[in-house]
Order: sequence, then C-alpha cells, then structure tokens
Amino acid sequence: MNIFTFRGGVHPPEEKELCKDALIREAEVPETLIVPLVQHIGAPCEPAVTQGDSVKAGQVVGKARGFVSVPVHAPVSGKVKRIEKVIHPLGQKVLSVIIQNEGENDTAYMEPMGSDIESLDPKNILGRVLDGGIVGLGGATFPAHVKLSPPKEKPIDTLIINGCECEPYLAADYRLMLERTEDLILGARMIGKVLGVEKIIFAVETNKQDAATLIGDALNGNRECVLTRTKYPQGAEKMLIKAVLDREVPSGGLPMDVGVVVSNVGTAVAVCEAVRDGKPLIERVVSVTGKGVKTPANFMAKIGTPIHALIEQAGGTDGQTGKVIMGGPMMGIAQSSMDVPVIKGMSGLVVLPLQPYMMQEYGPCIKCSFCVQACPTSLLPSTLSIIAEAQKWKLAEKYGVNDCIECGSCAYVCPSKRPIVQLVKTAKQKLREIKAREKK
Amino acid sequence: MDKEKSKLILSTSPHIKSDESVSKIMLSVIITLLPAAAFSVFLFGSYVLLLYAVSVATCLLSEYLVVRLRKRPYTLNDYSAVLTGVLLVMVLPPRFPVYGVILGGVVSIVIGKQIFGGLGYNIFNPALVGRAFLAATYPVFISSYIAPNISLPMLTGAEAVDALSTATPLALMKFDGISTPLGSLFFGTIGGSIGATSAFFLILGSIYLFVKKYIKWRTPASIFITVFVLSQILHFINPDRFPSGLFQLFAGGLMIGGLYMATDMVTSPLTKKGCIIFGAGIGALVVLIRNFGGLPEGVMYAILFMNAWVPLINRGTRPRIFGTGAQHE
Repeated sequence: MNIFTFRGGVHPPEEKELCKDALIREAEVPETLIVPLVQHIGAPCEPAVTQGDSVKAGQVVGKARGFVSVPVHAPVSGKVKRIEKVIHPLGQKVLSVIIQNEGENDTAYMEPMGSDIESLDPKNILGRVLDGGIVGLGGATFPAHVKLSPPKEKPIDTLIINGCECEPYLAADYRLMLERTEDLILGARMIGKVLGVEKIIFAVETNKQDAATLIGDALNGNRECVLTRTKYPQGAEKMLIKAVLDREVPSGGLPMDVGVVVSNVGTAVAVCEAVRDGKPLIERVVSVTGKGVKTPANFMAKIGTPIHALIEQAGGTDGQTGKVIMGGPMMGIAQSSMDVPVIKGMSGLVVLPLQPYMMQEYGPCIKCSFCVQACPTSLLPSTLSIIAEAQKWKLAEKYGVNDCIECGSCAYVCPSKRPIVQLVKTAKQKLREIKAREKK
Repeated sequence: MDKEKSKLILSTSPHIKSDESVSKIMLSVIITLLPAAAFSVFLFGSYVLLLYAVSVATCLLSEYLVVRLRKRPYTLNDYSAVLTGVLLVMVLPPRFPVYGVILGGVVSIVIGKQIFGGLGYNIFNPALVGRAFLAATYPVFISSYIAPNISLPMLTGAEAVDALSTATPLALMKFDGISTPLGSLFFGTIGGSIGATSAFFLILGSIYLFVKKYIKWRTPASIFITVFVLSQILHFINPDRFPSGLFQLFAGGLMIGGLYMATDMVTSPLTKKGCIIFGAGIGALVVLIRNFGGLPEGVMYAILFMNAWVPLINRGTRPRIFGTGAQHE
C-alpha cells in the first residue's frame, strides 16, 4: 500500500500508548458549567438567555453574529446563574454563560433529519451544520458551515477526512475512528453531499493502522482510506493535501484554492450527530493524558466542564505539574488556570510534569540547520529567528514569516532551545500592526 | 489546586523539545576526534599531548576572560572552546613551540570567535583563524615537520626513524616530485600536521557524526568529489606534474579540513544547495593552490576564503517556500 508523506517534519516521541487504548467514557457532569460565548474563530456570540432563565440541553444560549460565527448551546439542562467574563483557555477573559446543572437532563435538540443520504437536501445539511454550532474540532475551531460554503469560482473536487492526529499524546480522533466508525463515515458523506463531491479520502497515519483498516473495511471499496507516514505535522492541512493529492495550497491561500476541503474526524462525527439526531455540539472527546496525570483517559466531556474536574477524573495530577496544555504538546496552548472550561476546540489536555527544560534559557543560533531540514514549508527558521530578534519586521516578511504554519518543528529540534515559534508569532503580530498603521 | 495554579508554566508551543543540545553536539565532535588524536600521540610522542593540554586550557581561559569582560552568560560548558583547542593542535606541526600554541589559542578564541559576538556569530572557523595567524607569525615553525617515530613496515616499507625532520607528502610531491605510497597516506604513517595525517581515523570518527546528522554530509561530499575529479583531470593531462585524485584526497589536511573544519556548523551554509556550492568552492581552491600556488597545501586558506562567502551563499540558495512559485524577494 502506498504511504503518503511530505517534505520536512519531525519525529517527536509519540506517547500515544498512554491513552490510546482507553475507551471513550462519559465524564461526570459537574454542578456548574462555564460556557464561553467565544468558542470559534470569528465574531463572538450574543447572549440569548438572561440570568435566572431555565435552559434545556441543546438550547441556544449564544446567538451567532454575522456569517463567520456559530451559535453556542447549553450543554445540560439547568438554570443560568450568571453571565459574566471568565478566564478562557485562550488566555483572556471572555463573556460566558454560567449554568447551574439541575440534573434533570431535559433536552431540546433539533429535529432529527435521518441518515438517508440520498433524500437529504445539501442546503438543509448546511443549515444544520450552522445551527448545530459546529466548528473545526481539530483545534482550529473555524466555523464548519463557512468552510462548506466555498464561493462558486472555487470548485471543490475532493474532501479529505483528517484522521492523522499527528500531535503526540492525543488519541481522541483515534478513539472516534475505532468506536464511531459508522458515524464518522456517515458524517463524511453528509459533508461530501454539501460540497457536491464524490471523492472522499480518509487519511490516517501509519501508527493508527488498525483504525485505517477498520475504516477501509467499513467503506467497502466505495471510498478511499489512505495511509500517511507517521510524521509531525502530517495532519496540518497544507501538508496533508500535499502528501495525499500532491497539490500545494498557495501562499496566503486556503485549501479551497486547490479544490480541497479538509475536515477533522471529530467534525465529521459532530456533523453526523447534528444532522441525524438533531444534537448540537454540546460535548466532545477530550484526551486527558501526559506523564503528569495518574490514569490517562479519553472522556466524552460536556462543553463547559472545568478542566480540573476532568483531570481529577483521570486520577489527578502526579508529582509537580509543569504545564497543562490545551491541545497537543507541539501546538497546544499552556493554561494558566485549572478552572478554565472545556471548549469546542479542546482536543486534549496534556499534563506535563515539571522538567528542567521548561525553564531553560536559550542560546545563540549555531546554524546547525536542523530547523531548515525540519521546516515543512521550506523556510529558514534560524534566519527568521535572528531577524525577529533584531526586530527587522519587514525583512522577516521578505523571508516568508507569514507562510509559517507555527507547527513548532523548528523549535522542537533546535539544540539551542531557541523560541523560534514565539519570535515568529511576534513578527507576524508586528507586521499586522504595521499594515494597520499603513492603512490609516 | 490554588497552590498549583500559581506554579503552572506559561510559554509558547512547542511544549516538548528534542534532547539535542549545543554541548551534546560539541562533545560528540570532540569524542569522534579522539581516535585520530590518540593516534597522533602514538605517532609524534607525548610532546603533542602537552600541546593538546596547553591549547585546550588556553582556549577555555580566553573564553572565560572575554565572557567575563563582556558580562555575558558563561558559555564554557558548551564545549565549543575545547573543540577549538583540540582542532587547533591537530592542524599544527608536531614540534610547534608551546608559546606558539598559547598565542594561537588566544587568537582563535578572541579574534576568531568572541570579537564577532561569540559562539554562533563568528564568520570564520576559529581554529583556522588561529592557525592562519601562526602561519604568518612563525613561518619557519609552521613548515617544519618531523617524521613519525614509528614505522609500520607492512604499510610503508620504511625504516624506523626518530624525530627526524622531514617534508610532508605534499611538499615532497610539489618540490621534489616524490610520491608517497597511498597506504601510508591513508593510514597516516607520514609526516604532517599533528592530527591530520590519518585519513583512516578521521573518517572512522566522522561516521558517527554523519549518522547523527551533526555533519551536513553535502559539504564534505562536495569537497571530496570536486578535489578528486579536478585532480584526476589534471593528472590525466600531465601525470608527471600533477598527482592523482586519490593522492590529493588523502594527503595533507583535506580529510580533517573537509570532515571537521569545513563542516563547522556556525561557519558553513544552512541550505543543502549552499553546502554543495560551498564544498565545490573549497575543493576547487584546494586543487588550485596545491597545483598552481606557491604553497604545498591550501586547505586552510580555501576554507577561510569560502567561510567569507557563506552569508551570501545562504541568501542566494534560499529554498522555494511552500505554496510560492519562487523564493521570496
């Protein structure tokens, strides 16, 4: 069988064995849930409830504002305790609906639309994707209905279902592929129907061969399931499209520019549930793993569950915790507080014990060029980091800083432990500021 | 939970790092040089052991003093000064005076490295800067070689000699037209710079560096191929005047220069294409100097000359960025 891959990349220790065999189990629903009104890229939601309102599970509590926005739903039934600004996994304080869980479990889902693909109208599926509050669940949280509404001049011919899960530690997508194979395929076909594409490719890394086999068998020859080499960042959209279809998303462009839509495994399952069962996105799989938790596990957790509750259900922390990361260790976001809630984009919580390297100071670039070999977009990360240190933002732009996908491969291999990604992010931010000033 | 909250570390991704480090790389290079260094003591006696010790100590002390003066964080534990000290001795003649080595060590570290801003910022290979300085300061010492004090008759057929002054195979070839058997050249039972004579031990050591990718393999490959091909062409034209490609490969400092000095990470190009250009430049210059220049050997000047071009080579060989038609700018 052909194994697809891309140029560059790195091989960090996979560490998947910590939780890859743990079945997805329902996380306990806490008494109080925090539902942020910003859980997607785009315009924040407008509160649709007020303090003291009774809500049912699945009821809209935050209305979408504008096209690039999706609604937020109550994950449980209960009472709206407060609507206030609360610390969010992305770092800042965000307006959130605090819901008191009253344990009644009343639901107010949408009308089920059934699972007969042939009779479903693409427009209705698309509407359901929006109403279900579905965003890209791989971590990017881009509203799914926007991705599924490409302009006419950008015809789509291929849908790739991304089951690479190339981040170390995480196994949420892997578990979904194993435990929800049929839902996954159904969801993928629904997305395909919206896009009007026949060609759906499931892409899975070689370290999840069993999942690939399972999907392949279930597809029964109707669709393709391909293997991609286990290499980080294989799951990055641009790298995946290059590997599977040998197409290059142009600089500054989107997958739709080369006729492709990439959807994460979790997104496809969520689409299936929203369409077939009328269930909006109110829960998701979260891998709670890392060497800093006692019993790594995969939870089906309600959005709004504080992360400390999940970590406690995974046996609590073990030893002194260094970092709690939302997402994987390569691109995830370090958390400042254990009180932040689970949000739609939280594919995992990786708890890492305190290690000396976390506090280590970085040294000068010794031009080893490890980063140059590792960069999947063929940049010169070492040079970019030096340019950014010298604060020559315009020069950084010439060296392609905006083409950086911030995968972190460079900083991972750097023997001088230079914070290359951080420097790149700073440069990008400064360039945005310069652009904004120039416009004025 | 509250207690833990205050202790969580916040920093940008990636949150995991590979176990590579500068000190690990430098130490690996030093360790792989040990076979050749040990062989040099065996060949030229315990005096060279003294030179190694003096050189390393001088380099460390110079580094320490400059770093103190510049009020910079200590960089002694990255082993780069040790490596410079070892390499400097390896490219000096076996009976070079101790005070000369001290001077060379100081120049290597202070002028070769720290003046540019320390490790990572220097343009020229520090050990070669030191050697170039010594070549200009002590022109007699730098060209006075002795024969090794052993003899391996099965390889050389020569008789045992003791600290006899001799000429290097390159000088013998250039000035007297005398060729040295390839076996002695390869194993290094010949006159020459302290650690540069044995191609065998240098190649042996460098294998580990190739495997670990601490050496950008394109650089030495490009050097050796260029030297071999150009020499072979010249040899074909006039075999009496120009030695063969194999002779040129194993004679003089080409092995230590190509494997350990041109490959110095800081002073060689970042890009794959750049390494090939850099290596080809060195190779061509070596052949030019050895065959048509006034000196019998040209590896040092070839590498230093090409070092100066590295920033330009890096600029000119930037790879095509993903999703763009051509390189930016």
